[in-house]
Amino acid sequence: MAAAASPSSMESAPRIMRLVAECSRSRARAGELRLPHGPVATPVFMPVGTQATMKGITAEQLDALGCRICLGNTYHLGLRPGPELIQKAHGLHGFMNWPHNLLTDSGGFQMVSLVSLSEVTEEGVRFRSPYDGEETLLSPERSVEIQNALGSDIIMQLDDVVSSTVTGPRVEEAMFRSIRWLDRCIAAHRRPDQQNLFAIIQGGLDAHLRATCLEAWLAKWCHVRTRDPRQQTPGHREAEQMTKRDVPGFAIGGLSGGESKNQFWRMVALSTARLPRDKPRYLMGVGYATDLVVCVALGCDMFDCVFPTRTARFGSALVPTGNLQLKKKQYEKDFRPIDPECACPTCQTHSRAFLHVLLHSDNTAALHHLTVHNIAYQLQLMSAVRASIVEKRFPDFVRHFMGTMYGDPTLCPTWATEALASVGITLA
Amino acid sequence: MKLSLTKVVNGCRLGKIKNLGKTGDRTMDVPGCLLYTKTGSAPHLTPHTLHNIHKVPAMAQLTLSSLAEHHEVLAEYKEGVGKFIGMPESLLYCSLHDPVSPCPAGYVTNKALQRSTIIGVIEGGDVMEERLRSARETAKRPVGGFLLDGFQGDPMTLETRLHLLSSVTAELPEDKPRLICSVSRPDEVLECIERGVDLFESFFPYQVTERGCALTFSFDYQPNPEETLLQQNGTQEEIKYVHQTKKIKTTGCNQEMTSFEINLKEKKYQGDFEPLVRGCSCYCCQNHTRAYIHHLLVTNELLAGVLLMMHNFEHYFGFFHSIREALKNDRLAQLKELIRRQAS
Repeated sequence: MAAAASPSSMESAPRIMRLVAECSRSRARAGELRLPHGPVATPVFMPVGTQATMKGITAEQLDALGCRICLGNTYHLGLRPGPELIQKAHGLHGFMNWPHNLLTDSGGFQMVSLVSLSEVTEEGVRFRSPYDGEETLLSPERSVEIQNALGSDIIMQLDDVVSSTVTGPRVEEAMFRSIRWLDRCIAAHRRPDQQNLFAIIQGGLDAHLRATCLEAWLAKWCHVRTRDPRQQTPGHREAEQMTKRDVPGFAIGGLSGGESKNQFWRMVALSTARLPRDKPRYLMGVGYATDLVVCVALGCDMFDCVFPTRTARFGSALVPTGNLQLKKKQYEKDFRPIDPECACPTCQTHSRAFLHVLLHSDNTAALHHLTVHNIAYQLQLMSAVRASIVEKRFPDFVRHFMGTMYGDPTLCPTWATEALASVGITLA
Repeated sequence: MKLSLTKVVNGCRLGKIKNLGKTGDRTMDVPGCLLYTKTGSAPHLTPHTLHNIHKVPAMAQLTLSSLAEHHEVLAEYKEGVGKFIGMPESLLYCSLHDPVSPCPAGYVTNKALQRSTIIGVIEGGDVMEERLRSARETAKRPVGGFLLDGFQGDPMTLETRLHLLSSVTAELPEDKPRLICSVSRPDEVLECIERGVDLFESFFPYQVTERGCALTFSFDYQPNPEETLLQQNGTQEEIKYVHQTKKIKTTGCNQEMTSFEINLKEKKYQGDFEPLVRGCSCYCCQNHTRAYIHHLLVTNELLAGVLLMMHNFEHYFGFFHSIREALKNDRLAQLKELIRRQAS
């Protein structure tokens, strides 16, 4: 049921991003998203609440931490409890009683990563439900239909997801298909006034090709309309075609898989260089502190990752110097809080020693304490990043951050040093 | 610590334990219950979610079995177990065993703790003579109160044990509190109160939580007529279901479901957008629906335990509040009849 690009795709999408400040050195920006369930300051980290719950912490606790946008997963919710029930419950907001913003992904990533027997065709992704064995087709139309029922403030197009370690013609095929699927998503979207549909830029990982074409890419940008599209490299064509379809925001997908960090940052930088300045850039699946800081410098505004909440449930607490594996014996008599500078409820009340004891018991409260702290850590980090951009001291912030995390500028990972250098931030 | 009784009606005692706490200015109502904890924390709950619950008891129960292995750490900490577990303001009672995973009765011993009040334990099994001897001898000692041990068990021997209980409490001084361990079900609580017991453990709401259930029994002994009709209809339907689906196995709590609760895993709750209990003031009922809890249980999400624990504790503490109110207003018979009707 592939639909050609309808007139609606040519209409101007709402401008949901307001830029508040830009770093004069790097590409870092501070801004504000205007979303149906309230404003969101950027750069922003969005915790992942997969199945309509933030893993053991209540909506009130999440609100108290200052979270104003989090994620739900279309794949999981589409199966259990299903879009019809959620619609009856007044959408995902009503179902989980979350008053702020929600972003749902399309289900594409889970389709490919979680389901061993899935088949991708032009129609969509055909798969077997792990719960009842039933065969289903997740098409661009079906994905948007489910997300319309969920009622999330930002919805994602269904993209043809290919692992970042795959090379060859499959990458190019996935790229062009994603463009066609975006058009179908735009056409199928029934609630453009209440839900913002983001496009996802794919485009492979051929670093050599990218490096060689980068300059040519920049040169072609102005003359893009006069050139025969077939002569341009896939990456160029893809980004350029995406931006013709007016969507309120863009995601950079296909990264944060098995690729090297070296390739990773270059693809991010390449993408942010091409994407419009006045629209949000959402880098999917990124959540390690260092990655967040570097990718803000590269010009990204929004991030999501299961890492902080997942690692919490394994007893790992995030701190400016890395992480504390609180189950370890070394914390048995450590009566300090996880982080004396942290304002979260866990650090205000509990010591590492008590959390150590609790983590070795079967009381789930231990996991919740760490989930609260780790989300607080991520949100406090982004707040600090934002403040530094607004106060025109972002490069200093980055240096201080890296110094704390790695002890010495020379110990900062090479890829990060290079990525920062590429946008004018030196660490030494 | 001093027990001050305001009223005794048919063996049921109503009053306050006074002069508690570090500065001796805290009080505790009786009949009452203790906040059940596991390793020094209410199950599933952080201080934030615990504070969402109304009428949390002034005294929390710690179990020595969960903290004993950490005694070296506590010694080095030097600031007391209350502060260590993040409850610096709470009154604390330390029992030897965890009522949910107990040892055989009779192995309870006194544990000497500095600046703490010692509770004497009454043993004696099912033998009247031994029970009386234990009661009389313990009563002679300078203890702050009494722990009635070994009265738990299966419903078959209930009447015998209740008879024993009456005889035991008759031997105890009136002005010292009587705590019973391992008895927590609403119907059994009332039976024990009628036989002179003052304090109970609150592990029953925890067991209900672990089997994915929510307490729904009514303790509103003077409702308006419409509410009575609605509740009666609800209760009857729920009792029908209980007879069909009695045994629910959960990890660590191989307990049977009672008729005081509903099982949120049942398919019929999938599309039920009512709160767990209409009119309940707890965080869960004020913010969420049965359908949502059902979803959380089906998907094995941690939040299910958190929300159910908040509701079940609040419901249970509300029950104890109603006991005290009923005693104050001479309505315990009505409350007892209401609970009896709902017991399976």
